[in-house]
Amino acid sequence: MWRHCLVSGIAVWLAGALPAGAFIAYVSNEKSNTVSVIDTDKWAVIKTIKVGQRPRGIEFTKDGKFVLVAVGDDDTIQMIDTATQQVADTLPSGPDPELFIQDKAGKILYVANENDNTVTIIDIERRARVGDVQVGVEPEGMAISPDGRFLINTSETTNMAHFIDTAARQIVANVLVDARPRFAEFKRDGSELWVSSEIGGTVAIIDPVTHTVTTKITFNIPGMRKEAIQPVGISIVADGKTAFIALGPANRVAVVDAASHQVTKYLLVGQRVWHMAFTPDEKFLLVTNGVSNDVSVIDVAALKVIKTIQVGELPWGITIAKQQ
Amino acid sequence: MIRLLFGVVVGLSALVTTARATDPVEIGIGYLRRAGIKPTLSMVEQPAENDGVAGARVAIEDNNTTGKFLNQHFTLEESRLKDGDDAARAAATLADRNIAFIIADLPADSLLKAADAVRDRGTALFNAGAIDDRLREEDCRTNVIHVAPTRSMLADGLAQYLVWKQWKRWMLVVGSHDEDRLFAEALRRSATRFGAKIVQEKVFEDTGGARRTDSGVTLIQRQMPVFTQQAPVYDILVAADESEVFASYLPYRTWDPRPVAGSAGLVPKSWDPAQDQWGAVQMQNRFFKLNSRRMTALDMQAWTAARMIGEAASRVNSSDRKTVLDFLKGPDFSIAAFKGQRLTLRAWNLQLRQPILLVDGRMVVSVSPQEGFLHHVSELDTLGVDQPETKCKMH
Repeated sequence: MWRHCLVSGIAVWLAGALPAGAFIAYVSNEKSNTVSVIDTDKWAVIKTIKVGQRPRGIEFTKDGKFVLVAVGDDDTIQMIDTATQQVADTLPSGPDPELFIQDKAGKILYVANENDNTVTIIDIERRARVGDVQVGVEPEGMAISPDGRFLINTSETTNMAHFIDTAARQIVANVLVDARPRFAEFKRDGSELWVSSEIGGTVAIIDPVTHTVTTKITFNIPGMRKEAIQPVGISIVADGKTAFIALGPANRVAVVDAASHQVTKYLLVGQRVWHMAFTPDEKFLLVTNGVSNDVSVIDVAALKVIKTIQVGELPWGITIAKQQ
Repeated sequence: MIRLLFGVVVGLSALVTTARATDPVEIGIGYLRRAGIKPTLSMVEQPAENDGVAGARVAIEDNNTTGKFLNQHFTLEESRLKDGDDAARAAATLADRNIAFIIADLPADSLLKAADAVRDRGTALFNAGAIDDRLREEDCRTNVIHVAPTRSMLADGLAQYLVWKQWKRWMLVVGSHDEDRLFAEALRRSATRFGAKIVQEKVFEDTGGARRTDSGVTLIQRQMPVFTQQAPVYDILVAADESEVFASYLPYRTWDPRPVAGSAGLVPKSWDPAQDQWGAVQMQNRFFKLNSRRMTALDMQAWTAARMIGEAASRVNSSDRKTVLDFLKGPDFSIAAFKGQRLTLRAWNLQLRQPILLVDGRMVVSVSPQEGFLHHVSELDTLGVDQPETKCKMH
């Protein structure tokens, strides 16, 4: 316990001493067919990379050498070389890839193929498709349990979170959640799986052992009609105490006490807030605002929006890592 | 092949599955279709032979993809009337085969006959094809759930946009058939509700004759400008022509250069092949893959009906008609149908609340309700007859 405090204390001190901007963010712009590169030191776009059609899911590879971006209308995943900041290669994702996730080692990529009711499994290094799993209608959200044993896929029209055994590549449990589940996120200790239901307007908290919904987070914004509250992106800080949930056309990010599952605050951001990512030091949370074509920067400690950065049209996904 | 079948445990409004190997629960859905297909002025808009039922078939596939995780299996029992067939008897035949849910694409009177014929057997109809307001008002039934929008919802959806656009002076041209007059009535009501003014109203008499002739265009080009001349100052021509007699001849042929809306030009609909927002591309692709054609409003209404049944059956994890229908009619039911928000039922008349698309045949121009049209329950209730005005008495 003491050692843990000391280590995190040093980490906080170190992070405080370094300039905030040793990080770089990549934002997929669904309509522009581009990726905006943001320097978090300057809080400015430093480059715009042309990619394929309809870029959505976006993530750094674990080694930081590539940014993977799913270009759904081109039925592939492009690999942006982070050194040259250009598209260098592609992965055989299957039709209409939207969201994906890597295993812990960064060797295997699991891709949700919306048009195909499948999750495709790809060996990243070999750039080869090595298998697939049949899931529900319109697979979308993807998560991996921290111990790596279970892959979670949410299917938007089936309204389920599928638990897939990563070794056997088979579904072992299905949990029914509210309408149109979009995104899944584990607490870092693996104790809870959170699934957002865009149309249902709730976030289900699932016990990953018993595969039951233990509670549901609901949202109530005075003066806002219920139908406009559409939870999508979820980020939970490493210590598991605070979570952030993007509420789509409600134009707000909900701050949630991750222990009690109560909303403590709503932060006004841009229009149709969609996905989000922390800077690696978790001091800042960047959220994409699809309709206002910008990214809001949230100060995680102060719980305040400190900056808005204009990006391309319909920003969708975001990934952040250390500058190489 | 190993088939994994799953049993179900209920936990806090969520269902969790564990392995079990039994035969799936069978849930039959009937599809009762009217005889014949209405001819349209435009060849492009001529409905396909499987209009409507094609949407239900896609939904059955979707339900079964979900059903394999819940040990439920859905089938579609199609029944098509011929001219002179009795809808009541056809509905009873489906009920005899233990069908509890029937999707109906029937004219209003046939729909009522069919509903009344199976009411005592606990069979419910899902109205996918009749837009008549009276079916949800004075002629409402406890065993009819309405998935198709009403004429008043369609008219309100259009009127809100025209008012937002500041096109408030309408010239209304009405066909000479009953359904044209009903649509005109709905448009007049919308104009009053939202502050538009009908500056002139004309009737276009259907004098008979063929819809397609070899030299038709020349004649129409002379006829339409003359018909619309000497009008008072107006912003937009609104046509009520459900019978497909004249409205599609109006765009680009009015005496004054004015846009056209209603039954041609800017048309209010529940769905359109051009709808691509809110994940709709997936729906459009799935439909196209199975049917090799684009998805119409009737296809979508039938899809939604079959999905509502599948959704309710999955939530209650049952095929029991009463359990499924009680959930459908209850406060916790909602359905996602690629309209950007959840769709729910109006408890007072079992009408599905839904946004209305405004389409021009190539693109979705706008989606109503428009910004600023507010309501204390749901903004979707700014479309159509609202609870305080309803004439429906459920019993």
